[in-house]
Parts: sequence; C-alpha cells; structure tokens
Amino acid sequence: MKSLIAVHPDDPEVAGHFEDIDQQRESSSLGMWTFLATEVLFFGALFVGYFVYRVRYPEAFRRGSEEMNLWLGGLNTAVLLTSSLTMALGVHAAGHGDNRGIRRFLAVTMVLGLAFLGIKAIEYAAEAHERLVPAVNFSTIPPDEAGLPSARQHPRPHQVELFMIFYFVMTGLHALHMIVGVSVLSFLFVLTGRGWFTARWHNPIETAGLYWHFVDIVWVFLYPCLYLLRQG
Amino acid sequence: MTSIPYIPAYATAETYLNRSYRIRSWLLTVDHKRIGILFMISITLFFVVGGAAATLIRLHLLSPAGTLVRVETYNRLFTLHGVIMVWFFLIPSIPTVLGNFLLPIMVGARDVAFPKLNLASWYLFIIGGSFTILAMIFGGTDTGWTFYTPYSSQFANGHVILVITGIFVVGFSSILTGINFIVTVHQMRAPGLTWFRLPLFVWAIYATSVVQVLATPVLAITLALVGIERIWRVGIFDPAVGGDPVLFQHMFWFYSHPAVYIMILPAFGVESELIAAFSRKRPFGYGFIAMSSVAIAIIGFLVWAHHMFVSGISIYAGLVFSLLSMIVAVPSAIKVFNWIATLYKGSIALKTPMLYALGFIGLFVIGGLTGVMLATLGLDMHVHDTYFVIAHFHYIMVGGAVMAYMGGIHYWWPKMTGRSYSDFWGRIAAITIFLGFNLTFFPQFVMGYLGMPRRYAMYPPEFAVYNILSSAGASILAAGYLLPLIYLTLSLKYGERVGNNPWGAVGLEWETSSPPPVHNFHKPPVVTDEAYAYHKLKFTPES
Repeated sequence: MKSLIAVHPDDPEVAGHFEDIDQQRESSSLGMWTFLATEVLFFGALFVGYFVYRVRYPEAFRRGSEEMNLWLGGLNTAVLLTSSLTMALGVHAAGHGDNRGIRRFLAVTMVLGLAFLGIKAIEYAAEAHERLVPAVNFSTIPPDEAGLPSARQHPRPHQVELFMIFYFVMTGLHALHMIVGVSVLSFLFVLTGRGWFTARWHNPIETAGLYWHFVDIVWVFLYPCLYLLRQG
Repeated sequence: MTSIPYIPAYATAETYLNRSYRIRSWLLTVDHKRIGILFMISITLFFVVGGAAATLIRLHLLSPAGTLVRVETYNRLFTLHGVIMVWFFLIPSIPTVLGNFLLPIMVGARDVAFPKLNLASWYLFIIGGSFTILAMIFGGTDTGWTFYTPYSSQFANGHVILVITGIFVVGFSSILTGINFIVTVHQMRAPGLTWFRLPLFVWAIYATSVVQVLATPVLAITLALVGIERIWRVGIFDPAVGGDPVLFQHMFWFYSHPAVYIMILPAFGVESELIAAFSRKRPFGYGFIAMSSVAIAIIGFLVWAHHMFVSGISIYAGLVFSLLSMIVAVPSAIKVFNWIATLYKGSIALKTPMLYALGFIGLFVIGGLTGVMLATLGLDMHVHDTYFVIAHFHYIMVGGAVMAYMGGIHYWWPKMTGRSYSDFWGRIAAITIFLGFNLTFFPQFVMGYLGMPRRYAMYPPEFAVYNILSSAGASILAAGYLLPLIYLTLSLKYGERVGNNPWGAVGLEWETSSPPPVHNFHKPPVVTDEAYAYHKLKFTPES
C-alpha cells in the first residue's frame, strides 16, 4: 500500500484530487506556511510570558542571562545559520533534480542540526552543574568549583528560577522542533536515495526546508532574548 | 416488446457510501465525506456524555441542599460537562461534520487539499477524547473547564494532567482541520468560482479556520505550562516564586475567547445558507455577511480580557476591552439585520431546517444583547460569575451554535444519506428544543441577576423556583434532542430516497447526486454565476 490517495489519471506525480502539479505545489507550500503561522503563535505565547516577567523582574532576569554561556550560544547560532544555508542549497539541488546534491546537503544539514543539539546538551549539563535547573537542583546560592554552595559568590535573586524555567521550556521546545526536523530530513534522505523526487516534484523537500528555516529563525529570537540582554 | 426491468439510479450508481462496506474502508478513508460522517458519529457520542453530565447537574440542583451527588462529585460533573461540550462537541461540531462534508463540494473540488491530514485530524480527536474519557473513568477533575491557576497547578486533586493532555491533543486536530480548510479554499476552487461567488458557509468556515490556526497553539502552550508547573512543582504562575496567575488568565482567554467564535462563526454560515434556501432569495447584503465573518475573526482576538474585569486588571485595560467587546457585537448585528432583511418578502417555507434557523435568530439576539450587557464594566461587576453569564453563554452556544448545527444536519441530511426524514417529527423536535431551551435558560438570567453564583452545589431557598423551572426545561430539552436521534436513525432505513435537490435550493452541493459520488461530481463543475441566483430560478420545488 503505497498511498491511500489515488493518483491523477494524466500525471503520475500529482495526487488524484488536484487538477495539476502547480495546484499541488502551491497547496503544499501554503499548507506549510499556515502551519508555521500556528508555530509563531505557539512560541509567541512563551515570548510574551517571558517578557512580562522580564519587565517585572529586570534585575533577576539580567542575572539569569549572565549565567548563560555566551560563547556556546554564539557558536550554536553560527552552526544553525550555516545549516539553513545548506538546507537552502539542498532545496536548490532538488529544483534541478540533482539527487546526489540533495543527499549531500541534507546530510550536512542533519550533521549541523545534531551538532547544535550536542552543544545544547553540553550547555544543559553545565547549567545543571551550576545548580540552575528548576525542580532538580536550583539554588539561589551559586556553587564553587567543587559544586558545593559557596558563600564567596553573590546569591541569585530567587526569580532567576523563573528565568530558568522559561529558558528550559523555550530552548527545550526549540530542541524538540530540531529533533523533529532532523527526523524528517533523515526520512527525506532515504526517500531521495530511492529516487522519489524529481525536478518537477519535490514538495516535501521544499516544505521541510521552510520548516527548517523557521526553527532557525526561532533561535535567532531566542538567542538575543535569553543570552544577550545582560550587562557589559 | 421485451420488458426491461426498471433499475433505479441509486441502485447502480457508485456513491461514497456504497463504494465499500468494509470497516477498513471507513477507518482508513481519506474521503472528506466519510471523515465528516466519522466526526458526526464521534461528536454525537461526546454530546451524549456531556449532556448526561448536564442532566445530572440539573437533577442535583432541583433542591436547595442538592439532591443527588456529593459536592466533590458535583464539581467534577460541571468540569466534565464544560470540557466535553467545549472541546469535544462545540468546537469540532460544524467545521468537522458539515465543513468536512460540504466545503470541498461547495468549492467544486474532489477533496480537501490534504486528505491524509484530514484523517489524522480525526484520529487525533479520538486519541484526545480517549484521554479525557479515561480521566473521567478514573474520577475526573474539579477545576472547571477554565483550569485557573494556581488551583489547577498546585491544589486540585484529580486527573488534571490527563484532561489537559486530551485537550492538547484535540487542539492539534483542530489546527489540522483549520490548515486543511484554509488551503482548500485558497487553492481548490473550481474554475469561475471567485471569492465573492463563494457560498457564505464557506466564508464562515474560512474565517473560523483562521481563528483555529492562530488561537489554538496559545492554548496548547498555556496548558503545557500548567502541566509543567503541576508535574515539577515549579511556579510559572505561582506568586510564591514571582509568577502571576493573571498571566495564565490572559493566555487562557487569548485562546478561549476566540474559541467562542470558532463555535459561533460556522453557525452563522449555516444560518446564512438556511435563510437563503428557505426564503428562496439571494441573501440581503452578501458582501456584508461575508466580511462581517472576517471582521469577527479579527476583532475577536482583541477582546479576551473582558473575562477578567474582576481579576485585577487595570481600569484602563478594562475600558479598552469593554469598548472592543462592544465593537465585536457590531458585525454580529450586521448579520442578524441582513438575515431579517433576507426574510422580508421571501417565499418562506417552514420546513424543519427553517424552524431551527428562525429559532436561532431569536435565541442569538437574546444571547448577543446580554453579551453587550456583560461587556459593560459596571454591570459585569454585578453579574460576574453568576448564572447570568451561564445563561448568556448557553443562549449563544446552545441557542446559537447547537441550533444551527441541528438545522444544518436537517438541511443537508438528504444530501449526506440520500434519504429524507419525517418532516413532521422534525418540526415537533425543533419546537420542543426551542421551548425546552428557553425554559431551561431564561430563569438562569433572572436568578443570576438576583445573585446566584455559578458552580455551587447548593443555593439559598429563594432561588428554588428558578432552579426547578430550569431543571424542568432541561428535561424537555433532553426529549427534544432524543427525537432527532431516533427519527434520523430510522430514516437511514425507512426514509424516502431523494433526488439531487430535494429543497429546490441553489448551490454546487445540490447539483451532484444524493449521496454524492466518491469524487463529488460526475463531471468537474464550472461556475458561471453568483452563489445565490434564486432570482433566476424558474422551476418549483419537487415537493
């Protein structure tokens, strides 16, 4: 059972309920754009909550931002922006029916996506070490090198916990989207190997590209909000 | 001469119903018509569950001390009633049943743009519903359908997480349906079917879909935050660690107020179709009716805080939201005036669907005007969280959305099944529902205004007379809802076969056979005229 949907009688690359290939392509693009509008509101609600609290507790949130690792975050931003470039090159290759090109660029994109997730995991581990994880080990007293509470450090305002909750929910949700993205790309990688896509019909690669760029753009907003709004 | 045996067309033609009778052909169908039927069966079951909860509530309130259940059980009953009726009946009702069945036919397409997503939407609905039913079997929860924090996240006993998960999942069902309809309307219209030739039902469903797509994700993330706060005991909305419960209310109502437009906008669409068909007239002010749907979808996003006038929002915010809430009443009023102007000098046929349509106008006007009362700051302070709000809400939701759903089901039933039902019993049921509804909910306006608060299992004896009237009305209402369940089911076997166009109505759905073939049309339609060209009709109705 290849598909539940009948194929167009005149065109094997078009599903039976569409008139022609243009209608099919425009529909899948518009569908993905509409889904991305949903996603904007999904993340948007979190950004609103974050800024409501940021305005209410500016000191605590600034302190929270200062706990972030600027360099790892910056590196991750570079990794993700590069992956958007390779994704765009993959879509470009799909437009030329270049299956080897699609596979090459999808592979690079996936590797970059996984690198992002790996760096993010390192950051999470470091934050756990700093006793910054709400509900697990959050403490208003920062630990010293040995991981013990230290009286030498300035205590954190307790709303730093609120900052960290939003940090973990927002970056966690973003990481979840990255995992979904990498899974979709690996699926498309296999399908490309089986010769599913042609220069005429490669909607899934295009729409996966739109999704990937969106997830990238979310990070472009997350990074300054969570990392860069700090002193000095 | 040899005699050729007469074989009626319905016995030979392949339709979406007789294509295959195997259960698999239903559970794996990508046909929008079959998915519409699947939704119809599913939401009817949920309506029965939610209705049963309402029945128990009304029975319990027969006496001031409460007659039937313990107080804790009462709290779980009204929560169950709200959750089931809002998310598992009202929100999916018209879009997923009538929208799924009719929207592709009305735009002259063979199916929706993404048939497999459409099926996924039904499965998500069933999965989300299962979570909620499971929570109910385990004992339910008592937060009310609004899940206000910190009660829901810190204190409530019961299965809050399970119910929230169910709503979260069903939200994605709603989003997928919305995406599908938006793309279908944009991309799949038949040749010649310009935007301003679209039936008003399509305009209403389109506006609804926009709201579904933009509002539902906010609910999803809000409920997810409540779940995170509840599981890990971190205080996102907890004042003890600096969180703000009012932020939850903002986020919740940012979805849940537009959600009432998700429920009522499709009802407006059905109403426009019914009024036009049974007045045999082009709707007065087509453009105004279409654009008022869009206006409601937009302004509806800007009124959410009128649920929070007593939650400690600033007086200036209150003023602005009060004004915007009154403004959103204007496009609704435009619709009502246009429907009434359509009736004027129309050739009115008082068939069953038309009785629902006329009932809708009366009940919706009462519900809408009391809504304007509630939008005024001073009066809202007085009646906030009283039965006045309950009555207002039910006049819109039951008097509006459910009446329109019933009218729509009766109008398109011959198209969906190929058979007609008993119009006599249909009219009896419509009148019973109208009377039962008013007897149930009008006393609630009075007792609410006199000060009876909502969500209480007991009340002072002076409210007894209103509560008894209301409970009596509820039993009539229940009988009214039972009747269609019986005669519509019977019609599947005993109903007379109908032709393509039993009402003599105008519209693409009446040009194809009843029930429609698998791909909706025998030959692809080309549209050459406006949607409601009743003034050009020359024939008379079949009956």
